[in-house]
Amino acid sequence: MDFGFTMAAYAVATVLFVLSLGGLSNQEKAKRAVWYGIAGMTLAVLATMVGPGSGLWLLSLVLIGIGALVGWQLATKVQMTQMPELVAIMHSLVGLAAVFVGLNAHIEIGRVAAAFAEGGLPFPQPEGPMATQAYQLWLGMTDFAMIIGKKTAVEVTILRIELMLGIWIGAVTFTGSVVAYGKLAGRIDSAPKQLTGGHMLNAGAAGLSLLLAILYIVYADSAAGSLLILLALTALALFIGYHLIMGIGGADMPVVVSMLNSYSGWAAAAIGFSLGNELLSVVGALVGSSGAILSYIMCKAMNRSFISVILGGFGGASGPAMAIEGEQVAIDADGVATALNEADSVIIVPGYGMAVAQAQQSVSELTRKLRAKGKNVRFAIHPVAGRLPGHMNVLLAEAKVPYDIVLEMDEINEDFPSTDVVIVIGSNDIVNPAAQDDPNSPIAGMPVLEVWKAKNVFVSKRGQGTGYSGIENPLFYKENTRMFYGDAKASVDSLLPMIE
Amino acid sequence: MKIGAVKEIIPGENRVAMTPESAAQLQKLGHDCLIEAGAGGAAGFDDAAYAAAGVSVVPDAAALCAQADIIVKVREPQAEELARLTQGKTLISFFWPAQNEALLAQARDTGASVIAMDMVPRISRAQKMDALSSMANIAGYRAVIEAGNNFGRFFTGQVTAAGKVPPARVLVVGAGVAGLAAIGTATSLGAITMAFDVRPEVAEQIESMGAEFVFLEFEEAQDGAATGGYAAPSSPEFREKQLAKFRELAPEVDIVITTALIPGRPAPKLWTEDMVAMMKRGSVIVDLAAERGGNCDLTVPNEKIVTENGVTIVGYTDFPSRMATQSSTLYSNNIRHMVHDLTPGKDGVIHHNMEDDVIRGATVAHEGAITFPPPPPKVQAIAAAKPKEKPKELTAVEKRAQEVAAFRSETQRQVILLAAAGAAVMAVGLVAPESFMRNFIIFVLSVFVGFQVIWNVSHSLHTPLMAVTNAISSIIILGALMQIGSTSVIITILAALGILMAAINIFGGFMVTRRMLAMFQKS
Repeated sequence: MDFGFTMAAYAVATVLFVLSLGGLSNQEKAKRAVWYGIAGMTLAVLATMVGPGSGLWLLSLVLIGIGALVGWQLATKVQMTQMPELVAIMHSLVGLAAVFVGLNAHIEIGRVAAAFAEGGLPFPQPEGPMATQAYQLWLGMTDFAMIIGKKTAVEVTILRIELMLGIWIGAVTFTGSVVAYGKLAGRIDSAPKQLTGGHMLNAGAAGLSLLLAILYIVYADSAAGSLLILLALTALALFIGYHLIMGIGGADMPVVVSMLNSYSGWAAAAIGFSLGNELLSVVGALVGSSGAILSYIMCKAMNRSFISVILGGFGGASGPAMAIEGEQVAIDADGVATALNEADSVIIVPGYGMAVAQAQQSVSELTRKLRAKGKNVRFAIHPVAGRLPGHMNVLLAEAKVPYDIVLEMDEINEDFPSTDVVIVIGSNDIVNPAAQDDPNSPIAGMPVLEVWKAKNVFVSKRGQGTGYSGIENPLFYKENTRMFYGDAKASVDSLLPMIE
Repeated sequence: MKIGAVKEIIPGENRVAMTPESAAQLQKLGHDCLIEAGAGGAAGFDDAAYAAAGVSVVPDAAALCAQADIIVKVREPQAEELARLTQGKTLISFFWPAQNEALLAQARDTGASVIAMDMVPRISRAQKMDALSSMANIAGYRAVIEAGNNFGRFFTGQVTAAGKVPPARVLVVGAGVAGLAAIGTATSLGAITMAFDVRPEVAEQIESMGAEFVFLEFEEAQDGAATGGYAAPSSPEFREKQLAKFRELAPEVDIVITTALIPGRPAPKLWTEDMVAMMKRGSVIVDLAAERGGNCDLTVPNEKIVTENGVTIVGYTDFPSRMATQSSTLYSNNIRHMVHDLTPGKDGVIHHNMEDDVIRGATVAHEGAITFPPPPPKVQAIAAAKPKEKPKELTAVEKRAQEVAAFRSETQRQVILLAAAGAAVMAVGLVAPESFMRNFIIFVLSVFVGFQVIWNVSHSLHTPLMAVTNAISSIIILGALMQIGSTSVIITILAALGILMAAINIFGGFMVTRRMLAMFQKS
């Protein structure tokens, strides 16, 4: 089939992908948008198979079929609370695939060069029309080799740079995602950890990578040498991905996941360049830039610069934290239920703790009961609540909490003073008044939900410990705050029979 | 440890320091509870109720004091009660150590520890055991009820078929806890309420309770925070001004409730004889400071008198005791919180921690020594409301100028960014071959489209966005598809693996996105 058709199909696929991303601007449109994405992907795969794809159709289809089965299993089995882990581990697949495809490109260059050398012909070909002999040889190659074979010297060098970029970013994405998965799934301690040397080690590895990249271009003609250099480069990138994400704390994981999402896009774009496949670079760029924006939006929500997130841990405090006076006063389910029964307006602030305790169903039931009594119940979601952007929204949606009572921080922050009861379930730093009151606090300046302005605040929490960031929370010591200790799900369940 | 509550021996005292409810809480702390037979009777808690709550009922005070390690009561102990204390026992009650030096010396000689509930420092942490506040709250409420009882009219104004009733005008002097409680009660009964206090920072609290703050123009204002939240004596000039204001109000008001107290001094005389004379017939004065001499010149403690011009002056000193059920409940909770702090391990073992600000402050005798007065607490009481600096109002012109400036700087930033990016692209174009540039331009445009599109994505859909971009990033499958047909086995294997992984991602990503989106439902 003609390449013209492929290009046309690619153009349509691109439009579909853009619509698919843009459609996520509201919940109803989004349901349609996914189908655009699916159609775009199907079109892209089919067009590639009939166009520049190079045979082995059956094998390809079988592999896609197996992939589909595995993907289907993953998607249907996954718990909504495990969504962050799933997304992270899937990023690692894209990263690894990019590494493989990049390596293939390198091997193919070597093979084409060898083929030309065998025929006593120069590779890369000089500019201008090919000699007849070279043309004959070229015609006998597979599709992908043909693309390489007709490149000029400069183009081949660019190709090498591109494939290196693809491999490097892909490798960083791969190990980074695996570590992020480990941290989110609780298989790796989520506290920031670094080897001695810290960020100097990362910087050193990055510098070394650059050096190897230059060596790779210089020694491009030596088949064995260049492969070794490329593998060393890959190993370095794998190390950077591992070490970089190990150094970032669990609380910053939302940013990390969207950053890795961005990386996987850039890796695809780089590979697209090296393969001369426009759709690959276009879609890679779309994904890359969307991930970057998402990271930016989330950094802004935490009032932290992107750099400080990447450098890991919270920025050092500039002085001693303000002393907290008062004490945490506990309350039992009876007390909370009484306050709820008397309240007219209730705001629930969920956090990661709700996800951990799987309390969203109970919270939904509580909401339903309170709403049935004619109370105004709403949810306040902080932009970085949970371990993935929008994590809380998904959990609440799963538990059938209507999305029109789930509000963002900016929409609801002004309503706290007129609210009777606020229930904080498993969140800590996002309701920490120190962010506003204490200029020395590590989270100073981070926008927070001003729950303490409500008449009563109940904090459902497992124990007296500090939050993910390890920062003391003065909210717990306020006079209108009562601590409702215990597992979030058990606590909420104990409230249910008392709401009448 | 055993905690025992004795029956109050002062006549007319109806309260009790332990209720069945507080006993249940004390037992949770690991303590055993005892009560003297009949102790709760006057407060509406009979012995059977205590027994049902697991409290052992002991026939008399002597037996109880012999058994109990901690003795709790309400009123300051009398000499005969103190005589029952021995080394190692603890007494928790009101004590008024400044006025009762002889009792204090007697308490020291017994070697027992005495915790005075009236000495609990006024810091946020100690509010739950601040019995003065909880009793004052009741006194304030009861003062209004007593006033209403002696007042011949409605509180609220009404226009009825049988005629018009004017609303009662209530003046509350002193907006401490009792004053605020009185304000709240009076306003909720419908009266027009005014309130006065020497501390200007309480104006906000007065207004929040629905009363009007009687404003006094005076230079020298008191800072309540410096005196632990209590009022301090005022200068003679200030006093004169204050009295002049009251004289102005006296003919208008129907009910006056005075609550002004200065710690450690007799109550200030604020409502003089001539003011009483100016008041209308049928008016009522309730003097909550009667125990300390009264704010009104004519107050007779513990009595209700009617003056010649028909003004009733209530000088009762036992308002909390008149609502013994309520006040016992609150007081026993204060005690319970104090015991909670004394039992940090919740294991029934008392740890009398003299390093703790609250416990140190309230302890007046400990291990054979008088520990009164306490050193100043480490933590400041309520902070004074500092006068807020008002943000400067911008005029319309200034606002406009600011907007223009913001627009300019943004335009400037954007232009610089665009110029820099454009120059960079063109610089690449100078060296790179045309085939590369063709791809590169498409790439740059896609990045731009991506930026534009994502800004509009709803925040709540960020997780689906991640899942869908994740699925879309498996577009890398195209690369693998292009390579799989190679004649090299290694390439084929690697490409096949690539296809497999990308396919997992495509299906997993899209499926999960669909699952998530299907869950978003409107109510």
